[in-house]
Amino acid sequence: MNGKIMAQNINFYYEGVQALKDISLNINPNEITALIGPSGCGKSTFLRCLNRMNDTILKTRLEGKVLLDDADIYDPKVDVVELRKKVGMVFQQPNPFPKSIFENVAFGPRRQGINNHSQLCEIVEKSLKAAALWDEVKDNLKKSGLSISGGQQQRLCIARVLAVEPEIILMDEPCSALDPIATLKIEELMHDLKNQYTIVIVTHNMQQAARVSDRTGFFLMGELVEFGITDRLFSRPKDKRTEDYVTGRFG
Amino acid sequence: MRLSPKLTQTLAFGLCWLAAAIAIAALVFIIGYVFLKGIGAFSWEFVSTDRTGGITGDTGGIRSSIIGTGWIVALTLGFACPLGIGAGIYMAEYARDNWLTAAIRWVIETLAGIPSILFGMFGFALFVMALSMGFSIIAGALTLACLVLPTIIRTTEEAVKAVPRSYREAAYSLGSTKWQMIRHVVLAGAMPGIVTAVILALGRAVEETACLYVTMGGSAMHMPESPTDPAATLSLDLLARAMEFNDIEAAFGAGVMLIITIIIINSSTRWISSRWMARMHGL
Repeated sequence: MNGKIMAQNINFYYEGVQALKDISLNINPNEITALIGPSGCGKSTFLRCLNRMNDTILKTRLEGKVLLDDADIYDPKVDVVELRKKVGMVFQQPNPFPKSIFENVAFGPRRQGINNHSQLCEIVEKSLKAAALWDEVKDNLKKSGLSISGGQQQRLCIARVLAVEPEIILMDEPCSALDPIATLKIEELMHDLKNQYTIVIVTHNMQQAARVSDRTGFFLMGELVEFGITDRLFSRPKDKRTEDYVTGRFG
Repeated sequence: MRLSPKLTQTLAFGLCWLAAAIAIAALVFIIGYVFLKGIGAFSWEFVSTDRTGGITGDTGGIRSSIIGTGWIVALTLGFACPLGIGAGIYMAEYARDNWLTAAIRWVIETLAGIPSILFGMFGFALFVMALSMGFSIIAGALTLACLVLPTIIRTTEEAVKAVPRSYREAAYSLGSTKWQMIRHVVLAGAMPGIVTAVILALGRAVEETACLYVTMGGSAMHMPESPTDPAATLSLDLLARAMEFNDIEAAFGAGVMLIITIIIINSSTRWISSRWMARMHGL
């Protein structure tokens, strides 16, 4: 089976410092792929290559190809705005805009020119329901997106991504700022979402990777050390370094 | 001998309090003095009649000067805000970081510190003489716009740069173009800073005297009918009454009006922007 996303021989540099070394990785559709590894190993950098978010950082350079549905997203002809509509992103710190809950979710659709109120209402309700937040905020849609709890804010950010109707959702340590209960809610949500979306999650929490993902990649110092089915990678790692990491000997 | 931390703290607190008290007392004294001296001249007649020649000793009212101030404020902001805010956004978001932008920034900062009379002489040479505008509101407003531009540009640039990266990335990740990101996320976040820049420019337009003296004429007293007419602002009016006609009470009367104007402008802009921010935040 061809991957939804196929990264081929990615090298990535920040001001000449190499952050990713020859990474090749296939991400299957309707699966959750987890990227684990210690801080600074390049897992977030790799994730941000998949929606070209690193383009917004000055003095960076990428070599290699990232194929999305067999087309290179780094081809000069690619419209990066269109790409990011297909590949949504949830960040480490919940970052709702200082706007109302409604306007946060409506942000993406509005930028695409949808201004019809009843249509927006429909999108907002659908997205908040899909993000398992609707029941908690349905009476307070006009309240600030910053007035709800951190866990709710992160689900709001997920709803905001869903409203754009992406095919892929990238999550960059989405639970690192959340308590265990809020984390559990996000994990359950991810499980529900994978029927419809392809999800890539970066996490430094190995238990989380083991709980939610189908496949896991282990990054170390800019290299992809090992990639495979999650159960296998955690129970029978092939590489000594993977074994040391997943058994908690370092990191 | 070493003072105990507790005593040091008490001393430091006391000194800060004293500094604040002296500063506030000085301000209250100045404003109180102006009001006390000027309130005698202040009447409905004073604000509703125009200035006269002062041959009889009476210099008349301030209506034409209030209108002149209104013209100057509106035109200056009309010229300077679009340019300054646009340039500030450009410097923060689009301009590359190289020697050229560093040089531009340096020039802008230097310009912000140049005495206003120099801007006045420049405005006199360019607008009044070379462009044949004569002593007029339009020449004054263009000169004043040059004067406040550096402040607006720098303040806008700082405010735009201070918008967190996380908001920008969120906007990009939802499929915004760069302009949509700037328009709907960055500008909203930078708005308090930009409003501050506009208020500073506004205050400057109301109070500025020297650079208008040489571009609008120092002793105009007629009601201006169009921007090409010469006119007095309240500050110019105050100067003329105090220095030319020696009508000190009326000069302080104009001063009272000046302070009232600034208070009204400041509080209403702050009120509007806080209302606006509250709506932005969906509160």
